[in-house]
Amino acid sequence: MRYGLLAVLLIGAMTLGGCNEGVLDPKGPIALAERQILFNALGIMLAIVIPVILATLGFAFWFRASNERARYRPDFTYSGRLELLVWSIPGMTVLLVGGVAWIGAHDLDPGKPISSTVKPVNVQVVSLDWKWLFIYPEQGIASVNKLVVPVGTPISFELTSSSVMNSFFVPQLGSQIYTMSGMATRLHLQADHLGTYPGVSAMFSGDGFPDMHFTVDAVTDDRFAQWSRQAGETGSVLDKQAYADLFKPSKAVAPFTYRGVVPGLFSSIVNADMGPQNSSLSICSTSQRAER
Amino acid sequence: MNLLGKLDWNAIPLHEPIIMGATGFMVLVVLVVLGFVTAKGAWPYLWREWLTSVDHKRIGAMYCILALIMMLRGFSDAIMIRTQQAIAAGGAQGYLPPEHFNQIFSAHGTIMILFMAMPFVVGLMNFAVPLQLGVRDVAFPTLNSVSFWLTASGALLVNISLAVGEFSKATWWGYPPLSEMQYSPGVGVDYYLWSLQISGIGTLLAGINFVTTILKLRAPGMSYMRMPVFCWTALAANLLIVAAFPVLTATLAMLALDRYLGFHFFTLEGQGNQMLYSNLFWVWGHPEVYILILPAFGVFSEVMATFSGKPLFGYRSMVAATMAICVLSFLVWLHHFFTMGASANVNGFFGVMSMIIALPTGAKVFNWLFTMYGGRVRFSVPVLWSIGFIVTFVIGGMTGVLMAVPPADFQLHNSVFLVAHFHNVAIGGVVFGVMAGYNYWFPKAFGFRLDERWGKASFWCWFIGFYVAFMPLYVLGLMGMTRRMQHYDNLSWQPWLIAAAFGTAIILVGVVCQIVQLVVSIRNREELRDVTGDPWNGRTLEWATASPPPAWNFAFQPKVAGLDAFWSSKSRAQATKDGSTPTRNYEPVEMPKNSATGFVTAFFAVVIGFAMIWHIWWLASVGVFGAFMTLLAFTFRRHNEIEVPAEEIARFVRAHQAGVAA
Repeated sequence: MRYGLLAVLLIGAMTLGGCNEGVLDPKGPIALAERQILFNALGIMLAIVIPVILATLGFAFWFRASNERARYRPDFTYSGRLELLVWSIPGMTVLLVGGVAWIGAHDLDPGKPISSTVKPVNVQVVSLDWKWLFIYPEQGIASVNKLVVPVGTPISFELTSSSVMNSFFVPQLGSQIYTMSGMATRLHLQADHLGTYPGVSAMFSGDGFPDMHFTVDAVTDDRFAQWSRQAGETGSVLDKQAYADLFKPSKAVAPFTYRGVVPGLFSSIVNADMGPQNSSLSICSTSQRAER
Repeated sequence: MNLLGKLDWNAIPLHEPIIMGATGFMVLVVLVVLGFVTAKGAWPYLWREWLTSVDHKRIGAMYCILALIMMLRGFSDAIMIRTQQAIAAGGAQGYLPPEHFNQIFSAHGTIMILFMAMPFVVGLMNFAVPLQLGVRDVAFPTLNSVSFWLTASGALLVNISLAVGEFSKATWWGYPPLSEMQYSPGVGVDYYLWSLQISGIGTLLAGINFVTTILKLRAPGMSYMRMPVFCWTALAANLLIVAAFPVLTATLAMLALDRYLGFHFFTLEGQGNQMLYSNLFWVWGHPEVYILILPAFGVFSEVMATFSGKPLFGYRSMVAATMAICVLSFLVWLHHFFTMGASANVNGFFGVMSMIIALPTGAKVFNWLFTMYGGRVRFSVPVLWSIGFIVTFVIGGMTGVLMAVPPADFQLHNSVFLVAHFHNVAIGGVVFGVMAGYNYWFPKAFGFRLDERWGKASFWCWFIGFYVAFMPLYVLGLMGMTRRMQHYDNLSWQPWLIAAAFGTAIILVGVVCQIVQLVVSIRNREELRDVTGDPWNGRTLEWATASPPPAWNFAFQPKVAGLDAFWSSKSRAQATKDGSTPTRNYEPVEMPKNSATGFVTAFFAVVIGFAMIWHIWWLASVGVFGAFMTLLAFTFRRHNEIEVPAEEIARFVRAHQAGVAA
C-alpha cells in the first residue's frame, strides 16, 4: 500500500516533470521564482515528514503487542530532552520555511513592479459575467478573452471587476490576484518565452464560471506592435454603450478586439460611474441572472 | 399579499429527474423508518428515552447518528462531483448542468463541515467528556438537548432544500457579492443562511455548556492537570466555539439584512464592502477547523495511550500544545485570501503565523510516536485509524504549510491542490478521528463492541481510497486546474480525474463496510457484549462504570488522585489483591428530568427558518411566538429533577458486579 502511494507520487512527479502546463512549467520570472519557493519549502519539509512517517510505521510495527523482543516500558512517559527535541525540530523547520515565506512575500508581492530596463506595458483588466476585458490604455485598444503581451517586457496590471469577485490567473506566468468591484488591485507579470498560455478565473463566479478562460499570447515586440496596430483598425469602439452591451452576462465568448476605448473607462468602472452601480443597469443585471 | 410568500408549486423541481429521485429515496427512507417505529409501537419509548432525553450520553449518541446520516448525504454529493468531473472533459457537459452542479458542491461543503464533522465531534464530546470528568451530566442538561435539536433543525432545512426550492449555488463560504440578492435571487442562499444560523446558535449553546461543565464540574480531586487530554482538547474546542461562533452568527445576520431588508454591508452599491465578509467569515472559519481537529487530536491521544498500554507521552507538553493551537487559531485567518492584494507585510505576517501552528501540531505528532515507543500496541480498529491519521495528516500538514508561504499560495490558491490539502487534513484528521472515537466509545455507549473485521475492512478502504482520490488532485492543482469546474476543456486532466473518481468508489466501499459493520455488530451483539465495562483495558474514568453506563453514570462520585484515574485505581486494586468494591451505603441521586423543550423549540426553529426562507412572514411570527412560549413554559417548570432511589442504584451495581464475576 505504502509502496503504491509512493509509486503514485513518483509517477505523478515524473508526469509533471515532463508536463508542459501548469505552475511547474513556468514561462516568466515570477512563476519561476514561485516554483523555486515551492520546491525549497517542500524540500525543507520532506526532510522531516518522511522520517516521521517511517518512524510511525516502524514504532508501531516494532512495539506491536505480540513482539516478545520489544521492551515494555510503561513508565516512559516523560523526557525533558526528548521534549526539547520534539519542540525544536518543528521549530527549526518553521524558522526556515517562515523565512522563505517572509522574504518571498516581499520579493514576490504582486503589487511590486518587476525591475527591468524595458518600459512596462500597462494593461487594465476587468472581469465581467463571464469574460475578461483587457484594456491597453497606451495603445488605446481593448480585447476580450485574449491577452497579447510582448515577450521580455514587464506587464503592469490594474484589475477590477464589473460584478462578483473573480481571480485573474495565468498559471505559467505566476501570481493570481482577485478582481473586486469598486476597487483596483495591482499585479506585475512577465513572459520570457514566446508561446500561448492558458489563463483562467480561479474564483468561482456563477454559472458561466467554467468557460471564463482566456489565452495569453506572448509575442515579439514587432508582432505586438503589429497586433495593436491591426486591432486599432478593426472592430468597434468601446464606449459607454458598447460597455453596457458587453456587461450583459454571456458565456464562452470568442475573443475579439475593440479599435478604441473611451478615455478613463477603467477608472469609471472602478469608481462605479457605470456598471452594476448604475441603477438602470443594476435592475437589468438582476433580471438577467434571475432568468436563468 | 400572498399567504405563502414566495412558495408555490414551481418550488418543487419536478422536471429534474436526479433531484426528484434523491427526494423520492429520502422520503421513502423516512416513511420506512416512521412505519417501522409505528409498527413496533416504539413511539412512547422513543419519545421518553430519546427525543425528550436530557441525558448527555443519549444526546451524544443522537449527535453521532445525525452525523452519520448527513455523511451519507454529503458523500452522495461527493460521488456526483467526482463522476461529473470524470466525464465532463473537452466539449462534454457531463450529466449535471451548472445550476445543479453548483448546488451540489455548495451543499457538499456546508454539509460535511457543519452537519457531519461538527455534530460528530460535538457528539463524541457530549458522550465522553462528562464520563471522563467523573460527573453525572453536563452543566445545563436541558440546554444540551436544545443545542442538539437546533443542530438537527439546521440539517433538516438543508435536506428540505433538496425537495422544496434549491440550495445555495454560491459555495459554502457564501462570499458576497455572489451571494447577494443581485446575483443569487433564488432561495438557495436563504436556505444556507437559515440552516447555518439555527444550527450555529445550537453549537454556540453547546460550547457555553461544555466550557461551564469542564471548568466547573469535575470529580473531586480532578485538577486541571489531571484531566484526560480529550477533556483538554474539548475545552479548547469549546472555548473556540464560544469565541468564534458569534462572529459567524453576526456575519450571516448582516448578509441576511442585505438580502431581506436591502442593507449594504457587503453589496456593490451603497459603500458595501465585500472584503469585510471574507475577513469575518474566516475569522470564524479558521478557528472552526481547529474546533473540529482538536477533539480529534484528543481521541487519538486517548486511543494511542490506551492501546499502547502506556500513559500518554509528554502530557503537559500535549496540554500546552493544545492551548497554543487554541490561541494561535485566531491569528491566521488571512491565509485564506493572500491573493486579495494585502501588503507584503500583512501577507508575510499571516503566513508566518500559520506556520507557527505547525509547531505545537508537530510536537503532538512526536508525542504520539513516543507514546507508542516502549508500549505494547494492540492493532484494534481505533489504532488503525490513529496510525493512518499520523501518516496522512503529516502529508496534509506539509501541503498546508506549503500554502502558508504566500508566493506558493499565489499559484495554488483556489486550485484543486487546495481541495486536496483540506481533504487531506479533514479526512485524514477529522474523519479518521471521529471514526477512531466511534469504534473506541461504541462499546461504552451501547454495551457491545463493533465487529473488528468489518471495521478493519472499512479502514483500509477509506485509507487507500483517500490516497487514490486525492493524490491526483494535488497533481491537477499543479497542472493549473481550479476548483468548482462544472466542465473543462483540457483533456490531459481527465485521466487524473477518472483516477480520483475511482478513489471515491473505494471510499464508497469503505462506507458500505461501515454500514455492514454496524449491522453485523448489532446482530452478533451477544458475542460482542462488553460485560466488564472496560473492553480495551482503559485508563480514564469512563471505563470505570458499566457499559452502557446507567443514567447516573457513577454510583458514587469518583475520587481522583492523579492522571489516568481508572488505570491507577486498577493498579492499586491489583496490588492489594482486592478486586471487590467495599460495600458502601448507596445514596439516592438527583437526576435532571426529561424535557420536551429542545424538541419543541427545534420544531419552531424549523418553522421560523422555513417561513423566513420563503418570505411567509405570518408563519415566521407564529414560529417565534411558539419558540418563546416553549422557553417561557420551561422557565416556569416547578420540578427540575427526579430522584433515583438508592435501591435502584444498588440493584444496578449488584447486577453489574454479578455480570463481571460471571
